[in-house]
Amino acid sequence: MDEVRLIEIKKDILSDNKGLADQLRMRLKERKTFLLNLMSSPGSGKTSLIIKTIETIKDRFRIGVLEADIDSIVDAQKVASTGTRAVQLRTGGFCHLDAPMVAKGIDAFDLDELDLIIIENVGNLVCPAEFDTGAVKNAMILSVPEGDDKPLKYPLMFSICDILIINKTDYLSISDFDMALLRTHVSKLNPEIKIIEVSCKTGQGIDDWTDWLAEEVGSFTGKP
Amino acid sequence: MHEMPVTQSILDICLKHAKTNNVKRIYTINLVIGEMSDLEDEWIQRYFDYLSKDTIARGARLKIRRTPVVLQCRSCSHRFEIDIKKIKDISSCPECEGEDLCLISGKEYYIKDMEAE
Repeated sequence: MDEVRLIEIKKDILSDNKGLADQLRMRLKERKTFLLNLMSSPGSGKTSLIIKTIETIKDRFRIGVLEADIDSIVDAQKVASTGTRAVQLRTGGFCHLDAPMVAKGIDAFDLDELDLIIIENVGNLVCPAEFDTGAVKNAMILSVPEGDDKPLKYPLMFSICDILIINKTDYLSISDFDMALLRTHVSKLNPEIKIIEVSCKTGQGIDDWTDWLAEEVGSFTGKP
Repeated sequence: MHEMPVTQSILDICLKHAKTNNVKRIYTINLVIGEMSDLEDEWIQRYFDYLSKDTIARGARLKIRRTPVVLQCRSCSHRFEIDIKKIKDISSCPECEGEDLCLISGKEYYIKDMEAE
């Protein structure tokens, strides 16, 4: 009988997914298409923000939307009603998207026809944080009714995002949501994160968000 | 729910390393997981037992070492551990009271090594 040996591995558990995500990013860079991964809890306003974004920058960029949903096509239909190309990925019970799933969804688009693809990830603040989708930037929405304590409950999600959009600020006046406290908590987990306050209902702050996005798309794709 | 693909990934990586090292049986797999990651020890073992039942890793134990969340002060470079549940009580560096802090550990998510023959 052989002796028990210790075999060093030192490999990231999700390194295969990360490798595929890096390949997808390279492919997007070559084709000059920006990919944004939008994450949040259910009901925080992902679809509303996507529709507002399309309305605001559709004359500057050609946009596609990759919708992930456990088993429905409601969101894809809503987005498609704006005249934007929407592809529905049915995750069939999966709680997140990973790089292979996104790459498959991207194949349904003609990248030469698009400057920007937005992934509407599965509504969930836990699982999507672990999986690199191949997106160039990660964005998350936190809506005011969800409360200012969410960074304490879902720290990983807040730590991996490039931008945090606080939606439903029209609720602030009737809520005990503490914006200053939220900003302090988030910046401890992620000092580089940009925080923008918006209301998809009133339109307040939407320009701040689309300005950020337009600049990111422009610098990645080289398109003005 | 994401424990299933994570567990599959652990198994795949270990089986690949087992093949290149002529391993006949895997006994223990040592994982290093940061406190910021959600990974339930009990569930991951159960999924592993199910996924590995027809492989040389059947019956192997997954041992998880949790690494703490460590912040570093950008003013004085002091490093200190925090309890992620109590992050709201921490607003500045305990040494110099600087408020510009950054996260330097707590997101680890890797397989360290395995005991095998």
